[in-house]
Amino acid sequence: MIITINGEKETIGKEQITISDLLEIKKVKMPEMVSVELNEEFLDKDSFSNTNIKEGDQVEFLYFMGGGSGN
Amino acid sequence: MLTEKQIERYSRNIILKEVGGVGQEKILNSKVLIIGAGGLGAPAALYLAAAGVGTIGIVDGDVVDLTNLQRQIIHFTPDIDKPKVQSAKEKIEQINPDVNVITYNKRLVADNILEVINEYDFIIDGTDNFPAKFLINDACVIARKPFSHGGILRFDGQTMTYTPGNACYRCVFLEPPPKDAVPSCAQAGVLGSVAGILGTIQASEALKYFLEKGELLTNRLLIFNAFNMNFRTVKVKRNPKCPVCGNNPAIKELKDYEQRICELKQN
Repeated sequence: MIITINGEKETIGKEQITISDLLEIKKVKMPEMVSVELNEEFLDKDSFSNTNIKEGDQVEFLYFMGGGSGN
Repeated sequence: MLTEKQIERYSRNIILKEVGGVGQEKILNSKVLIIGAGGLGAPAALYLAAAGVGTIGIVDGDVVDLTNLQRQIIHFTPDIDKPKVQSAKEKIEQINPDVNVITYNKRLVADNILEVINEYDFIIDGTDNFPAKFLINDACVIARKPFSHGGILRFDGQTMTYTPGNACYRCVFLEPPPKDAVPSCAQAGVLGSVAGILGTIQASEALKYFLEKGELLTNRLLIFNAFNMNFRTVKVKRNPKCPVCGNNPAIKELKDYEQRICELKQN
């Protein structure tokens, strides 16, 4: 199916996947630190493993950005 | 009333129909607090000073360090070891004597932040750690103060603007990252000009807020990547269950999280 991830259309080879599956497929490191928006609605982290993604869905992975200094 | 010198100084603002003399007076009467005189705070302070913001408050408990000079463009080589707020104040006053600069040579914490932000109309988050970002968010929500959130990492930047009733930082990022998921304070690094891009966007938001013109980055997260120069906005919404700005806020008092500066691994 074709979905949009972070503004880009992508083809995902599987037909039945959850948000957790998608985080794995996209090799998102530190998935516990990602905020996920599905079709402009934020998802609770607890629901990642039981929220299914369907054709045409728009997913946003939002990452913490805290600062670039090392000191 | 603008003096002749002010009309000349701010002519490039005033010529804009969206600004005019009326808008320039609004800016001259405004009060902005910049929390952090570093990568984001430096460009924000410079542009707000140039624009004629009447009162600029600057908060920072550090002194200027050699490693700052790669991006914190309000500080110069002779300023090394000087308190950052003093260095910032000196440059602001040289750019624009119209600006009243108030310095806070300390860190803002749960105990002192409310009394400071209450004096200002708009707050700019120029901090580089998550406990501060969440504290600023919570304080601004509780005090009903608009603020610009900003964060940068390597070549990326992210910003959103909060005004009461709209999405806050916790609506997007519920709480600070878990302690054990945060690697030690390694040198994440950041391209200096990325700080400039984002800090200047934050200053622009402040100016638009006072002018009451244009669209603020409310309910939107602006994300850019300087490598491919891709800028995009992601719609965000106020979460009715948000712990601080939701319908039944669990957070009614401020607290300090214990954490260090974060480096996030991104694919």
